[in-house]
Amino acid sequence: MSTLDTIPKTKQESLVEVLLRLGDDRLIHGHRLSEWAGHGPELEEDLALANVALDMIGHASSLYSYAAKLEGKQDEDHYAYFRDDIDFKNIAMLELPRVDFAFTIAKQFLFSAFSYFLYRDLIDTVEDEQFNGMLQKHFKEIKYHLRHSREWVLRLGDGTEESKKRIQSAFNDLWMYTGELFDQDDTEKAAISHNLYVDVTSFKEEWMKLVKETLEEATLDVPDNDQYMFSGARGGRHTEHLGHLLAEMQFLRRSYPDAEWK
Amino acid sequence: MQVKQPIPKSKLWSWLEEVIDPEIPVLNVVEMGIVRDVVFEGDEVVVKITPTYSGCPAMNAIELEIHKKLRENGVGKFRVVTDFKESWTTDWMTDHAKKKLKEYGIAPPDKTGNEDDFLLGLKSSQKIVPCPYCDSLDTVLQSEFGSTACKSQYYCNECQQPFEHFKCI
Repeated sequence: MSTLDTIPKTKQESLVEVLLRLGDDRLIHGHRLSEWAGHGPELEEDLALANVALDMIGHASSLYSYAAKLEGKQDEDHYAYFRDDIDFKNIAMLELPRVDFAFTIAKQFLFSAFSYFLYRDLIDTVEDEQFNGMLQKHFKEIKYHLRHSREWVLRLGDGTEESKKRIQSAFNDLWMYTGELFDQDDTEKAAISHNLYVDVTSFKEEWMKLVKETLEEATLDVPDNDQYMFSGARGGRHTEHLGHLLAEMQFLRRSYPDAEWK
Repeated sequence: MQVKQPIPKSKLWSWLEEVIDPEIPVLNVVEMGIVRDVVFEGDEVVVKITPTYSGCPAMNAIELEIHKKLRENGVGKFRVVTDFKESWTTDWMTDHAKKKLKEYGIAPPDKTGNEDDFLLGLKSSQKIVPCPYCDSLDTVLQSEFGSTACKSQYYCNECQQPFEHFKCI
């Protein structure tokens, strides 16, 4: 279903929408993180970011596979490789270029914290056994990602003059993309009515508290919420960066659709 | 007319025990808890597996190895399916498997629990992981992520040996 179509009507359509929203966030984020392979500031972090990228792409793969089964598509690759930017439902923050290590860590922390609360509540809500099993599995890994990125925020913020400057400006630049985390549209409301999604605004305060406490502990300033907030990416209105990312990610598969690893 | 005897389940399990985890070559996929069940659907053998980590690149290799092993033993009709219903935990690893891990030089996982403590200020680095070589408790976490998704990196201050720890999930 294209993002430009109307909101899902049936329970199954809602389930597919939720699987794709979660999957798109994770695929795009995982792809950006994978760009760090070979470029990490130190060997351990190179491995760590590649590991988190693998987790993210693995989450996307399981979510997409399930959606493919429900929609009768051949496999998960359909969603990753054969859709255009307008059909991707990820939030804009995750498609932004990787910039420097501080920017990636700040983004990783904000998104992991959001995922932590979202998955925690989804596990209590979702009745579908296969979907819930995936959520439980992903949740264990999200905890590692959150801990890892949180510790780096503290280290960079309370580190050298240079590291502090960089992580502070990363949070400042990312802040306008945090509003979208808690935007709720009709698609989400439809999914909530089928017990397939949760009201994201219900944990906004908890998220804010965790972010605020971490930034304060890292001796950083919390950016002002009273500023322009980007919105609309879940509905297909992305930044220019997603198209460039997809061009690179999808090129091989689209040029050689039947190519196989031998 | 010759009636084809169904393959005993114990045989299937013992064949699966010959499939080794490519990233931890001292453990097989049954000990790891990756193979969840083996069932018959008509005359078809269905092997249910579950991934250890979502992004574990070895899963594909493991699936192919299971195919190879069953084919070698003359199993004609089979299918390997990935089941997400229960999510894999290191608690499924047998004590024997943990012992083998330690002998191999990987600090085995202990029981899961209290994982949320870090949000309350308790950090993972405060967890004590004994050194698999000299059993010293004077070890320090170097990185949450090791050479594979399932391991983290530690250093032993006593015998000055870096080692990997199988994360508890």
